[in-house]
Amino acid sequence: MARTGVFVCHCGTNIAKTVVCEQVAQAARAMPGVVYATDYRYICSAPGQQLIQEAIRDQNLDSVVVASCSPRLHEPTFRRCVEEAGLNPYLMEMANIREQCSWVHDDQALATAKAIALVRAAVAKVQRNEPLFSEQLPLTKRALVLGGGIAGIQAALDIADAGYEVLLVERSPSIGGHMAQFDKTFPTLDCAACILTPKMVDAASHPNIRLLTWSELESVQGYVGNFEVTIRQKARYVDAELCIGCAECWVRCPVKNVPAEFDEGLGPRTAIYVPFPQAVPLVPVIDKEHCRYLTEGKCGVCAKRCPKDCIRYDDEDKLSTEQVGALVVATGFDVEKGALYGEYGYGQYENVITGLEFERLVNLSGPTEGKVLRPSDQQPPQTVVFVQCAGSRDPAKGVPYCSRVCCMYTAKQVLLLKEKHPETDVYVFYLDIRAGGKNYEEFVQRVQDEFGAKYIRGRPSAIFPSGDKLVVRGADTMLGLPVEVEADLVVLASPILAREDAKDVARKLGLDTDQHSFFTEAHPKLRPAETLTAGVYLAGGCQFAKDIPDAVASAGAAAAKVVGLFAKDSLESEPMIAEVDEASCVGCLNCLEVCPFTAIEEKQIEDPRTKQVRTVASVNAAICEGCGTCAAACPSKCITVKGFKDSQLLAAIDILAV
Amino acid sequence: MRIAYFPGCSLHGTARDYGESVVACCRALGVELVEVPDWVCCGASTAPTLSHRLAVGLGAINLAQAAQVGDAVLAPCAACYNRLKMAGCAAQTEPKLLDGLEGVEAEKVAAVRVYSMPEFLVERYGLDALREKVTRPLAGLHPAAYYGCLLVRPPDVCQFDDPEQPHSMDDILRALGGEPVVWYNKTDCCGGMLSPTRTEVVSALTQRLVERARQAGADCLVTACPMCHMNVESRQAACRDGRLPTFYLTDMVGLALGLRPEELGLKRHLVDTLPLLQAAGLA
Repeated sequence: MARTGVFVCHCGTNIAKTVVCEQVAQAARAMPGVVYATDYRYICSAPGQQLIQEAIRDQNLDSVVVASCSPRLHEPTFRRCVEEAGLNPYLMEMANIREQCSWVHDDQALATAKAIALVRAAVAKVQRNEPLFSEQLPLTKRALVLGGGIAGIQAALDIADAGYEVLLVERSPSIGGHMAQFDKTFPTLDCAACILTPKMVDAASHPNIRLLTWSELESVQGYVGNFEVTIRQKARYVDAELCIGCAECWVRCPVKNVPAEFDEGLGPRTAIYVPFPQAVPLVPVIDKEHCRYLTEGKCGVCAKRCPKDCIRYDDEDKLSTEQVGALVVATGFDVEKGALYGEYGYGQYENVITGLEFERLVNLSGPTEGKVLRPSDQQPPQTVVFVQCAGSRDPAKGVPYCSRVCCMYTAKQVLLLKEKHPETDVYVFYLDIRAGGKNYEEFVQRVQDEFGAKYIRGRPSAIFPSGDKLVVRGADTMLGLPVEVEADLVVLASPILAREDAKDVARKLGLDTDQHSFFTEAHPKLRPAETLTAGVYLAGGCQFAKDIPDAVASAGAAAAKVVGLFAKDSLESEPMIAEVDEASCVGCLNCLEVCPFTAIEEKQIEDPRTKQVRTVASVNAAICEGCGTCAAACPSKCITVKGFKDSQLLAAIDILAV
Repeated sequence: MRIAYFPGCSLHGTARDYGESVVACCRALGVELVEVPDWVCCGASTAPTLSHRLAVGLGAINLAQAAQVGDAVLAPCAACYNRLKMAGCAAQTEPKLLDGLEGVEAEKVAAVRVYSMPEFLVERYGLDALREKVTRPLAGLHPAAYYGCLLVRPPDVCQFDDPEQPHSMDDILRALGGEPVVWYNKTDCCGGMLSPTRTEVVSALTQRLVERARQAGADCLVTACPMCHMNVESRQAACRDGRLPTFYLTDMVGLALGLRPEELGLKRHLVDTLPLLQAAGLA
């Protein structure tokens, strides 16, 4: 015999204004199996919950119905409440008499009658509920951080500081990412390398962090807490254990004209190289496309000069497998190469460059040793024009979104240029100024007031040569006049894009991307560091364009999620998931086909009756989200969602027809 | 080679010189032009401002007529070309617009390939075939290839050449032995239909065009649009070196194939081309 308790909440006047709660409680008392029913002003409050717990004990209740708000709000609250009183939390049902009743109706009599019907249905269901229990799943407390830019480094450091092992995998020869390419950063004018390199060294020397540079993620299997990742360490051709970074090899290398990726192609590097002098690890790689020994069998100077005999021309890619419990994706972004607008002539006119290329020119470690010089003749420019929104905020030809960082870095670049060359005439064409960060607006104002940059509101329509200058044709929309500026150098703030292979990485990890290939977060406002794949988190520019403060903050958020995951001893699976009745399952695997979370696997069992081996479906408790699609697709009704069985739901429906 | 020919209102009227040039040039190239039967005005600049359906309809009717001749139509006037191509695109994306037009089937209309003059020479005729026919290379002329705004834009409609830095006419001129200059105003607007209503705008724009062409070392302009041609010829002010002669693309082809200036309608040009041609040994 059921012993159900019903608790009707007033929710202040939210419910009580339209539903007569005392009447609902009175009606509940008459329902079959209900031994106790009462109403109270705020059941979710401490005294309200106490009411439930006392009733469970005093009345020996075996099931509870709370008639109140939406379960989306307080289901976890009331489950916890009944569990504390010794009742299985899944023997509690809620009847939503607020969002689905009092908030959408005016007529008191009709609303009250509806509330009573909703309670009747909930009572019928809860009396057929079964106790449900979570499973304990194993948990590997190691993390893999994919990408060694500032976000990846920060996430790795935060997780490692919390006491867990981290594998930091970076595809280029050194960690550092794009931030290592920047000169001084806004708004503090900290030198990027000066604030980044200490973190790089920390990451390399942290006892809990293992650095794998010149490495890529090959594949991922498994699920949260139990991932198996395969990593490809590309052939470096240098023994990293022995190398002391003495520079003998790259200083001697005769191949000196390979366009350096780190300098955006504006300067050369050698075939055996480190990308920049502060590289971590300070171990070179050999570019096998350009090395004379590897392509023609000639030279071999680096091997001859190396004092530690580290050169390994016979090196090969190595594949290794690691077990990790969580993945942080911090693969970063790309800067568009400036060619979106043919009318700006990037690629045709040498003196039209991108913002990132300008960053390399103005940087002391760049190809011009920090002197801003025109690419065409290496002369200092007398007039420089910066073009903001060179492709962003343009649904027709460019990208529709705002790239977020360009207004600020352009202002910074103007400041750096004027600091070094105060006599330069500087113009900035802009559409708006987006300076919504701490000290950002003040920074831009300072650039305009103190440094005398001329800001013109209007997007240029064409850039073309005139003699050895470039004419930037645009409009000053504040004056309502067309404007032409003769420039020696034009800097385009081109859009921030997702990495070219972002979609491939997403596929490997089972992640979603948006239409611009940025990785999709679990909820854009409330869960920015998580993805819909349990155990995989996002940090930095791969989720969307962001500046360094935001990248670091997002890395901390991702790390906090990982640490929160690892703080448990094991993972508790969600009990309201699908369950297969193996006795009646025929192994058609329709459920496997339709499962949106790939949570169903094929399983071979020995039939207890016939002793033959046959196929059945098996639900992975760690991944199943309990959506019920499999239950709907099963032709023999042998897969059900616990807590939502047909018998339970039909009882609730049938009672309404009475 | 045989192709439907859409002269439009201009090539029989105010751009009669272009019409004569196109016909003579094609004859010399061995291309049989079959005028589209019962063609109507393409709608030019006016129809689209009045009604999208009217604009698409007029183009579609012409394409349906052209389909009776063959699978392609040559529209030497840049505006007619643009209108016809737009109609072909609309027949694919908005076929409902053509409901109720007698004899016009969206599928048939969409299947007709529309060529501008440079497009025809590059893609249908072929630069190699063109090169072989040259008997009098254009050496000594330094033309500035002027595309205007309708030949290569909008890019998703025209789908030919680069919309910002086009080079098809330059390639043709080079195949004819000429040396087109490098200049940066190839797609600048000439002012188009503002010529009668806001003449000062057209004057200013054509003035700038001619100046920039001269700065780049050009001694003439080459265009494939009768509106550009008329605007540049009639609105450029005289300067110390006289007015800059303006040719049609087909004039250049014709001259390189050995035709005489009279055969190409060059006597109808407003700016005398003969002195330049004589100096270059082409007349």
